[in-house]
Amino acid sequence: MSNPPQIELRGVERVFQLGDSQVHALRRLDVSIAPGEYVAVMGPSGSGKSTLLNLIGLLDRPNAGLYLLEGRDVTTLSPDEQARVRSERIGFVFQSFHLVPRLTAAENIALPLTLAGIAPRERAERVALALADYGLEARADHRPDQLSGGQRQRVAIARATVMQPAVILADEPTGNLDRATGEEVIRLLEQLNGRGVTLIIVTHDPNLGNRARRQLLMEDGELRHDSALEGAAK
Amino acid sequence: MSAIRRSRHPPMRAPDLIRFARDAAMGNLLRTALLVLSVAIGVAAVVVLTALGDGARRYVVNEFSSLGSNLVIVLPGRSETGGFNPANAITSTPRDLTINDAQALLRGTAIRRLAPLLVGTSEISVDGKLREVMVAGTTTQFIQVRNLAIAQGRFLPDEDWERGSAEAVIGATIRDELFGPEPALGKLVRIGDRRFRIVGVLKASGQGLGMNSDELVIVPVALAQAMFNSNTLFRILIESRSREDIPAAKAQAEEIIKQRHDGELDVTVITQDAMLATFDRLLGVMTMGVAGIAAISLAVAGILVMNVMLVSVAQRTAEIGLLKALGATGSAIRLTFLAEAAMLSLAGAVVGFVLGHAGAALIRHLYPTFPAYPPAWAVLAGLATALASGILFGVTPARRAAALDPIQALSKR
Ligand SMILES: Nc1ncnc2c1ncn2[C@@H]1O[C@H](COP(=O)(O)OP(=O)(O)OP(=O)(O)O)[C@@H](O)[C@H]1O
Ligand SMILES: [Mg+2]
Repeated sequence: MSNPPQIELRGVERVFQLGDSQVHALRRLDVSIAPGEYVAVMGPSGSGKSTLLNLIGLLDRPNAGLYLLEGRDVTTLSPDEQARVRSERIGFVFQSFHLVPRLTAAENIALPLTLAGIAPRERAERVALALADYGLEARADHRPDQLSGGQRQRVAIARATVMQPAVILADEPTGNLDRATGEEVIRLLEQLNGRGVTLIIVTHDPNLGNRARRQLLMEDGELRHDSALEGAAK
Repeated sequence: MSAIRRSRHPPMRAPDLIRFARDAAMGNLLRTALLVLSVAIGVAAVVVLTALGDGARRYVVNEFSSLGSNLVIVLPGRSETGGFNPANAITSTPRDLTINDAQALLRGTAIRRLAPLLVGTSEISVDGKLREVMVAGTTTQFIQVRNLAIAQGRFLPDEDWERGSAEAVIGATIRDELFGPEPALGKLVRIGDRRFRIVGVLKASGQGLGMNSDELVIVPVALAQAMFNSNTLFRILIESRSREDIPAAKAQAEEIIKQRHDGELDVTVITQDAMLATFDRLLGVMTMGVAGIAAISLAVAGILVMNVMLVSVAQRTAEIGLLKALGATGSAIRLTFLAEAAMLSLAGAVVGFVLGHAGAALIRHLYPTFPAYPPAWAVLAGLATALASGILFGVTPARRAAALDPIQALSKR
């Protein structure tokens, strides 16, 4: 309440044109997320969860509405400016890890630093730190196909955090993992949130969703339920 | 809370860009090898074919140079252009080019020395051995004018051109075939129906365009005239006093002959330089044509690079989407693909350069007298074309990669 929102969506719409028909993936969505929040986005398949996350991550643009990130309208930024925002403020974690198969774990983690033009020495220090943080020192020179699913997702999380973003966006990060490994990955993400990083997780798992301090329930492109508003209303 | 920083995003560092492109190329070795090979074949073709073309040019130029230095040649018959024209050889002769004409040319102040030349084929026999030979009738200065050297004995004596003593000088091959290890000097031989004493043997040279001096028998011009029953000379070979005197020697030769031939210029006077220039031009154009044909194979290689890069963009869609999610700008993605295309064509160009030079060296090894060296301009043009076409044809795939929608790219498995 006192904090200004970090992420603010006002009347955001996203319409996909499929041949003659239109798919309303997001309808007039209003959401505010404060810095350091832990939000779970849930809802049935096709309800628009991923679309929402992609919009927040600047991988996609709304057809209508306003998106303010840290108080600034980011929908009107040029593609290069948006790339810079992604690079510096946002970290992605995907269901299918999305590691570059020909690069080692360390090289995959270094990728955002490399793309940002950071000098090799500083890069090496930060990668070494990230490898240590996620218990991957022994796996630094392994390629993704030599790693277990849990290890792959830890590499992906290390990569998402190595630029020290303000927001982590995770789209079903445990979807390809068994329960125990998934738990471990969630704990890592929660630790990051504990250090003040805003965490937004899309999940189908009610148990995981309920661990978050705030739940957003999507249905047919609309926000059906927001636990934060419910709390305020009561 | 930290606000969105407005600092300029530094671009990807060049070494990182190159390493990334290299790793991407190494990720698919078969594809990379095929592309490198296709560019290499194009470059190697340019190098080898221009080596052949320029080798032919050098060969001809060398052959001409070995005829003698500062050479001016008078031939009977008039050619319209005045330049060198092989058709001169069959032009009908209105007036004989005689020994007296040749002698008169000695008046020319720019003319150092000259030799009349009459050529025909005949038979030479000694001790029952018989061989058909080319007989050249000339005078004592022929050996200097033609830059030949004597291995044994001496050349034709300085004597009256109209008479001539029955002496002959033979080429090295003739000597070997007729006499073997036996001494040849002083021997009597029969050439046609006349007897000659061998007074000299030419040093083996193996050169001379169209007239190999190793297989030549040289006799005094007057005796050759009698032998072939001919009054007209085949050529008059003139050596000017210096290189600068070549045009003057030519002018004087024309003037003197014209005077003697009732004011009509019915001979053609050509200079070695003119012949050389003609051949040089002709073969130079041929080399360029060959290089052009070889360059087409490079363009084909460029198109291949483009198609393979397009396939590679399609295969790496997910990776491109990921790079965008990680903050890569469109230009960074364009650059990585361009760098990859440039590296592939550069590697191809280097491999082709080495292969081409190896090919040229092999040709030189197989044919030692053929100077098959690729000209520098062709090598540079080949390398530049390979690089340029690789980069040029890499632009479309790079653009396509940069324009990919990151969401769709990421959702593709
Ligand atoms: N690129 C696209 N083109 C057309 N329609 C799309 C596109 N992306 C998403 N959609 C549609 O938008 C709607 C929302 O999709 P979205 O991926 O956000 O769903 P989701 O909630 O993430 O589902 P899931 O739980 O299966 O991942 C769906 O009906 C989907 O078919
Ligand atoms: Mg989804």
